[in-house]
Amino acid sequence: MQKLLQLPASAVNLVRCPPGAAGEDAKSPVLPAEGGQQSWYSALQADELRLLKAPEQQPAPDNSAGASRTQPLRHDDLKEMLDSNKDSLKLEAMKRIVAMIARGKNASDLFPAVVKNVACKNIEVKKLVYVYLVRYAEEQQDLALLSISTFQRGLKDPNQLIRASALRVLSSIRVPIIVPIMMLAIKEAASDMSPYVRKTAAHAIPKLYSLDSDQKDQLIEVIEKLLADKTTLVAGSVVMAFEEVCPERIDLIHKNYRKLCNLLIDVEEWGQVVIINMLTRYARTQFLSPNQNESLLEENAEKAFYGSDEEDAKDDKTEAASLVKRKPYVMDPDHRLLLRNTKPLLQSRNAAVVMAVAQLYFHLAPKAEVGVIAKALVRLLRSHSEVQYVVLQNVATMSIKRRGMFEPYLKSFYIRSTDPTQIKILKLEVLTNLANETNISTILREFQTYIRSMDKDFVAATIQAIGRCATNIGKVRDTCLNGLVQLLSNRDELVVAESVVVIKKLLQMQPSQHSEIIKHMAKLTDNIQVPMARASILWLIGEYCEHVPKIAPDVLRKMAKSFTNEEDIVKLQVINLAAKLYLTNSKQSKLLTQYVLNLAKYDQNYDIRDRARFIRQLIVPTEKSGALNKYAKKLFLAQKPAPILESSFKDRDHFQLGSLSHLLNAKAVGYQELPDWPDEAPDPSVRNVEVPEWTKCTSREKRKEKVEKPFYSDSEGESGPTESADSGEGSICHDVRAWASVAVGTDSLTPSLPGQHLTLGSPSEEEEEEGKKAKKKKPQRDREGGSESSSEEGSVSESSSSESDSGSDAEESQSETETKRRKTVKSSDPNRDQRHGDFCFICPGILPLPSLYPHLISSVPQVISPVFSSVKTYELLHRMTGEGLSVEYYFSRQPFAPDPHMVAVQIQFSNNTDSEVKNVRISEPKLLSGMRVQEFKEIESLAPGETTSVVMGIDFCDSTQAANFQLCTHTRQFYGAIQPPVGELMAPVFMSENEFKKEQGKLTGMSEITEKLTLPETCQSDHTIVQRVTSAANVSRVPCGADNEYRFAAKTVTSGSLVLITLEKKEGALAQLTVNSEKMVIGTMLVKDIIQALTQ
Amino acid sequence: MIHSLFLINCSGDIFLEKHWKSVVSQSVCDYFFEAQEKAVDVENVPPVISTPHHYLISIYRDKIFFVSVIQTEVPPLFVIEFLHRVADTFQDYFGECSETAIKDNVVIVYELLEEMLDNGFPLATESNILKELIKPPTILRSVVNSITGSSNVGDTLPTGQLSNIPWRRAGVKYTNNEAYFDVIEEIDAIIDKSGSTVFAEIQGVIDSCIKLSGMPDLSLSFMNPRLLDDVSFHPCIRFKRWESERVLSFIPPDGNFRLISYRVSSQNLVAIPVYVKHMISFKENSSSGRFDVTIGPKQNMGKTVEGVVMTVHMPKAVLNMNLTASQGSYTFDPVTKVLTWDVGKITPQKLPNLKGIVNLQSGAPKPEENPSLNIQFKIQQLAISGLKVNRLDMYGEKYKPFKGVKYITKAGKFQSLGSRIVLG
Repeated sequence: MQKLLQLPASAVNLVRCPPGAAGEDAKSPVLPAEGGQQSWYSALQADELRLLKAPEQQPAPDNSAGASRTQPLRHDDLKEMLDSNKDSLKLEAMKRIVAMIARGKNASDLFPAVVKNVACKNIEVKKLVYVYLVRYAEEQQDLALLSISTFQRGLKDPNQLIRASALRVLSSIRVPIIVPIMMLAIKEAASDMSPYVRKTAAHAIPKLYSLDSDQKDQLIEVIEKLLADKTTLVAGSVVMAFEEVCPERIDLIHKNYRKLCNLLIDVEEWGQVVIINMLTRYARTQFLSPNQNESLLEENAEKAFYGSDEEDAKDDKTEAASLVKRKPYVMDPDHRLLLRNTKPLLQSRNAAVVMAVAQLYFHLAPKAEVGVIAKALVRLLRSHSEVQYVVLQNVATMSIKRRGMFEPYLKSFYIRSTDPTQIKILKLEVLTNLANETNISTILREFQTYIRSMDKDFVAATIQAIGRCATNIGKVRDTCLNGLVQLLSNRDELVVAESVVVIKKLLQMQPSQHSEIIKHMAKLTDNIQVPMARASILWLIGEYCEHVPKIAPDVLRKMAKSFTNEEDIVKLQVINLAAKLYLTNSKQSKLLTQYVLNLAKYDQNYDIRDRARFIRQLIVPTEKSGALNKYAKKLFLAQKPAPILESSFKDRDHFQLGSLSHLLNAKAVGYQELPDWPDEAPDPSVRNVEVPEWTKCTSREKRKEKVEKPFYSDSEGESGPTESADSGEGSICHDVRAWASVAVGTDSLTPSLPGQHLTLGSPSEEEEEEGKKAKKKKPQRDREGGSESSSEEGSVSESSSSESDSGSDAEESQSETETKRRKTVKSSDPNRDQRHGDFCFICPGILPLPSLYPHLISSVPQVISPVFSSVKTYELLHRMTGEGLSVEYYFSRQPFAPDPHMVAVQIQFSNNTDSEVKNVRISEPKLLSGMRVQEFKEIESLAPGETTSVVMGIDFCDSTQAANFQLCTHTRQFYGAIQPPVGELMAPVFMSENEFKKEQGKLTGMSEITEKLTLPETCQSDHTIVQRVTSAANVSRVPCGADNEYRFAAKTVTSGSLVLITLEKKEGALAQLTVNSEKMVIGTMLVKDIIQALTQ
Repeated sequence: MIHSLFLINCSGDIFLEKHWKSVVSQSVCDYFFEAQEKAVDVENVPPVISTPHHYLISIYRDKIFFVSVIQTEVPPLFVIEFLHRVADTFQDYFGECSETAIKDNVVIVYELLEEMLDNGFPLATESNILKELIKPPTILRSVVNSITGSSNVGDTLPTGQLSNIPWRRAGVKYTNNEAYFDVIEEIDAIIDKSGSTVFAEIQGVIDSCIKLSGMPDLSLSFMNPRLLDDVSFHPCIRFKRWESERVLSFIPPDGNFRLISYRVSSQNLVAIPVYVKHMISFKENSSSGRFDVTIGPKQNMGKTVEGVVMTVHMPKAVLNMNLTASQGSYTFDPVTKVLTWDVGKITPQKLPNLKGIVNLQSGAPKPEENPSLNIQFKIQQLAISGLKVNRLDMYGEKYKPFKGVKYITKAGKFQSLGSRIVLG
C-alpha cells in the first residue's frame, strides 16, 4: 500500500518539475539522472524556440539565484549554437558569452567550442571570438594553439589592416610556447610596408617582453629598427615599447632625437605624452643645466630673452650687442629644439599632453621661460575634478620652487563652496605657497571667508594655512595671531581646537609678548574637549609657565582632578606640565606633581607609566638619583626651536612631475629616476646623423656663405622670403616653416656649432610630400617638422643664386657623378617646394642603415654587378600625348651610385617635334611615405630629332607602388608614373652554396613561399631557364651541386633583405619554385612573376 | 599601462570588468571601496589609490566609477584623460553614460574597449574611427540586424587609422551640407556680500556640428580674436595659422565635436549680467531667522536673462523654511538642507524676490555663517565676452554649405558669498 502511494507521488514530482529547477531535481535522490536529462531537453528546446521565433530579443537576464546551478546547462545550449551553421546563432551565442565575461563570470569551459569559430567568415563573430580567446588563452594553452595557424595566415594577408589585427591578437595570446612565432611575426611586421602594421609591431613588443623577458636582446634590435622609422604613426608606439623594455638604453635615442622632436606635433596625443616624458629624461642626461650660472642670473634672463622664439627679439642693435658679449653658457641647439617643438602642445585639448609639456619645461627650461606653462596649467583647472586633483598636486610642487610663475593667476585658485574637499585643500596649499608680502592681505581676506565654510575639514586646513602664512611672512604674524585668537571664541569646537594647535606653534616664535594669549588659552581648558588642543594648551602653559606664574599651578590643579578621564596625549602633557612646574615653582606644585605622578604610575597605558617613572627619577632628588638630576631644569626648559611649518610638497620635485610617483610621493614600480644634469656636456655630435662625403662639400660652402654675411641680415633674409612666399600661396597654405625659420635664425647665432646646425633634423619624406600637397591646396595638417628644412632651403637657394654661374665651371675637375649632383642642387628652380624636394635629396644618405640583422649583413657578400641587363623598356610618355616628346624608361640594373638604396632608372627622351624642347625636368613627385626620388639634372634643351638619356634614382621602399610625378618642359607639364616590376626592386648578391643554404635555413616558415609549375617545352634547357629567371628579376645565380636545381640570390634595394630563389626540376616538365624572403609580399609577387616568365 | 578596468555603480556593484593583460581579481576593488567609505561623499574619493600590488586610478562620471588598475609607473593624467575619453565615447554611442545603457549594450561596450586600448596603451580613441569600426546602435539598425542577421561591426575596414587626418572618416556624404557652431560662454564669478566682484572669468567653448560631404577645409575667423587669451584646440586645427593670423583653419571631423575651448582673461573687465541682493539673518536666542533675496538684471546687453535658478546650502541647524516667491517656485530639502529657487525669466519691471522665515532647530546655537548663493542663468544670442564670428569659408569642395552660429552665455561657477567676518 505504501509502495503504491509512493509511486504516484514521485511521478507527480516528475511531471510538476519546472524546467528551470533542473538543478534541484538533479540533487533529489529520487530521480537523479532522468530528471536532469528531461529538463535539459525542455530548457534547450525553449531556448531554441525563443531564438528562432524572436532572435532580436536580448538574451534573457539570468535569474541570478538559479544561474550558478543551471549554468552548465546553458553552456551546453551555447555550445549547440556555436556548432550550428547559422552565423546568426553563432553571433547570439558569442554575444552572450561576452556578456558573461563582462560580468566577470567564468566561461572557460566553452573554450573548445569557441576556438573552432576563429576562422568564421562573419566579422563580428570573429571579433568576439578574439575577445574570448585573448581572455582565456592563458588558462587553456594547449587548445589556444589550435587558433595560431589562423593568425599566421592572417599575417600574410595582402590587406594591411588584416595583417595588423592578426598580429595584434597573436601577440595578445599569453601562451609561452608561441614566443618564437611571435618573435618572428614581430620582426616581420617591423619591416612591413604599411606603417600601421609597423605600429602594431611596436605594440606587440611589450607584450612579448612581459611573456618572456629573455627575448630582450632581440626585441631591442626590433626597437632600434622601429625607432628609425620616420612615420608619426609608429613614433609614439615604439617609444612606448622602448620605455617598457629598455628605458636604460638611452644611446638608442641619439640618432633619432631630432627626428622625434620634429615629428612630435603630429604624433597622436597618447604617443606625445610618452615621447615627451622620455625626452625629458634624455635631455637631463645630455644637456647642461640652463640655470647653472646662478650668479649670472640677470644675464641669463637676458640671454633667454634672445633665445626665445619671440620675433621681436630680433632687434638689430641688441642682436649685435649680444654677439659682442659672449655668454659663458650656450644652450645646445638640440636642447632648444626640444623646448621649441613642445611649446605648441601646451594648447592641446588633452590634459595629459599639457601636463607632460609643463613638466618638461619645469625640468628643462631656463628659469625665465618656465612661466609659459602656468597659463596652460591654470586652464586645466576648469576640467574634471580628477584632472584638477592631479594638476593641483603638481602646481603645489611647482609653486614652491617658482612662486612667481603662478602669482598672476592667484585668483584662479580661489576656492568655491562647490569644490570637493580634496580640491579645496589642494587649492589652499597652492594659495599658501603663493603668499608673499604683497599679496598676503588679499589672501588672508580670502581665508577669512573660508573659515565660515560648513566643511569642517576644510576649515581646519584653512587655519593651518593661516598659521603657515604667519610663520613665513613676519609682517603679518601679529595680524594672523590676533585673528586666530578671535577664533578661539568660535562656537565650533573643531575650529577652536585647530586654532589652538596653530597658535601654539606661532607662539613658540615669540612667547614673551604673548602672555595674554596664553592666559586666554588657559581658560579654554574648561571647555575645550579635543585632545590635541588640550594637549597643546598644556604644553604651552608648561613651556611658558614663567610668563603665567599665577595661572599655571591652577591649571595643573584642575588637570590633576580630571587626570583619569583624559586621553593619553593629554595625560602625557599633564605630566610634562607637572614636571616643569615642579622645577620652576616647586613650592606651590610639589604635592600636585606627586599626586599626578602617582596617578600616572598606575595608569593602564605603559607609555604613561614609563613617562611617570622616568620623570620622577629625573626631577625628584633622591640619594640614588645621579648626575642627571642637576640638569633636569636644563633638560626640560631648554630653548626649543620653533617648528617650521612647511608645505608637504617641499622637495617633491625630485620626482619627475606629472608622474605617479610624484603624486604618491613614493617611488612607484617601474619609475625611472630623473637624472641630475651632467657637469660636463656629453658629446653633442652623437645626435648628428651622418653626412656622406658629397653633401659635405655643399654644406661646407653653405657655411662659408653664412660666415661672410652678418648674422642678423642672414636671419632676416631667411625669414623674409619664406613668409612672403607663404602669403602668396593663398589662405589655406600654412606657414609653419616661416614661423619656425625665424627661430632657427636666432639659433644659428650660436656660431660654435654651425656645421652641426646644418644637419639638424632631416625632414622626412612625409614632410616633403606634405609640402607638395600644401601647394596643390590639398588640405593638410600643419606640422612643425619642416622647421629646420626651411632655413636650409633658404641657404640652399642663396648659395645657388650666387654661384650657379661660376660655381659649376670651377668644379669641373670633380668626378662626373658628383658634378651632376651638384648641379641638381644648384639648378633648383624658384619654386620653394622644388627646393624643398632638393633638400630632401641631400638628406637620404644621412640616414643610417638599419642594422637589424647584423648576421645577415655580415655574412652577405658585396652586391655584384647584374648578370643580365634587362632590356624591357616601358613607356612613360607617348609621343602623341607628349605632343612630340616621347619618353621611355628601363631599369638599367646598374647600382645607383649616389644612393645604394635607390633603383636606377634610365630615362630616354626623344624630341620628335620641329622645335627645341627646353628645361625638361621632374617636379612634384607624389610619393607614398618612405619613398624617395632623386631627380635627374634638368635637360636644358633638346634639339629637334635628338634623343638623350638620363638616370634617375628612386627608392621604392621595397614596394611596387608607382612613383608619380610631373614631367615639365618649358611649355607643358605631363603626368608620369614609374612602376617597378618586383624583380627590379633587388640587386644580385654573390654567395656560395653553403651560405645560401645557411640563409635559407633562417628564412623558413612564413618567409617561405612554394609553388608548383609545369615548364613548357621551350623552357627546358639550363640556359633558357637561367635567362628567363634573370630577366624577370635582378638576381644572380648561385652555384649548385645538383643538376636539377637552380639557385638565385639577391637582396632588396631599400632594406637589404635577402631574396633566395630555388627552382627544382622534377619528373617530366614539373618543377617547384621556392622563394625565401623576409619580405613576404615581395616573395609572393616574385613567385608569380617568375612563373609567368618561365611558362610563357 | 592600463591593466584592467572595472565599472562600479553607486551601490558598490561591479557590473563590468575588462582586462587587457592578465586577469586581475575583482578583490582589488576592495581597496577602492575602503577609500570610498572613508571619503564620505563620492566627490572626495581620491583619484589615485595605492594598494600593495597595484595602483587604482578612478574617475567618477554620471554615477559610475571607472576604476582602472595600474601596475607600473604611468602619468596619472594619462589614465584619467583616457577614462574620460571612454566615458565620452559611451555618451556618444548610447546617448547617455549610465549603468543601464552600458548593461544593455554590453557587447558593443566590450568591442569598443577592445579597440580603444591595446595591451593597455590607447589605440583608437577618435570617435570617427571608432564609428567606422563599430557602428553605434540605433533602433532601426537593431531591428534590421535581427531580421537580416547582419552585425554592428563595420564590414569595411576603417581607413581613418591609416590616414594622416585620423579624426575624419573618408567618403562622407550628406544631402544637406550643414555646419553649425555654438559659441557657449560660461561666467565663473565670486561676488562678495557688498556686490563687488572678487573674481570673474569667462570660459568659452565652440562646439561644432559639421555635416559636410567630402573633405572640406574650413577656416573660421573672428571679428575680435585678440579677446581669446588662452586657447586649446582640437587636433584638427592648424596651430601655425592661428599663431600668425588668428584664424581657425581645419579639416573638421564628421559630426559633433568641440573645436576649441578658450578663456577670456580676468584682466578684461567681465560684465556680470545679474546682481543679487540678499539678507539672511538669525536672531540670537531665537529659533527663527529672516531670509530675503532679490535678483535683478545688470549689464545684459538688452537680452533677457532666463533659466535663472538659485541654490543655497542652508546651515545644518535649519529645520524648514517658510517663504513666498514673487515669481517661480522654490523647494527646500530638509535632509540635504538645499534650497532651490527656480526663478525663470527676469523681467526688469518686476524683480523676482523670495522672502520669509527660516525655522531653526530649537535649542541649536545660532548658525554663524551666511550661506553662499549659487546662481544659474542663461542668455541666448549673446556671448558675454563680445566674441563674434566674422566668417566661415570653405575650400576643397564645390557645394555651398548652410552655415549657422549660435551664441549662448551661461553661468558657470557663479557664486555670491555670504557675509564675511573680518579677521584681525
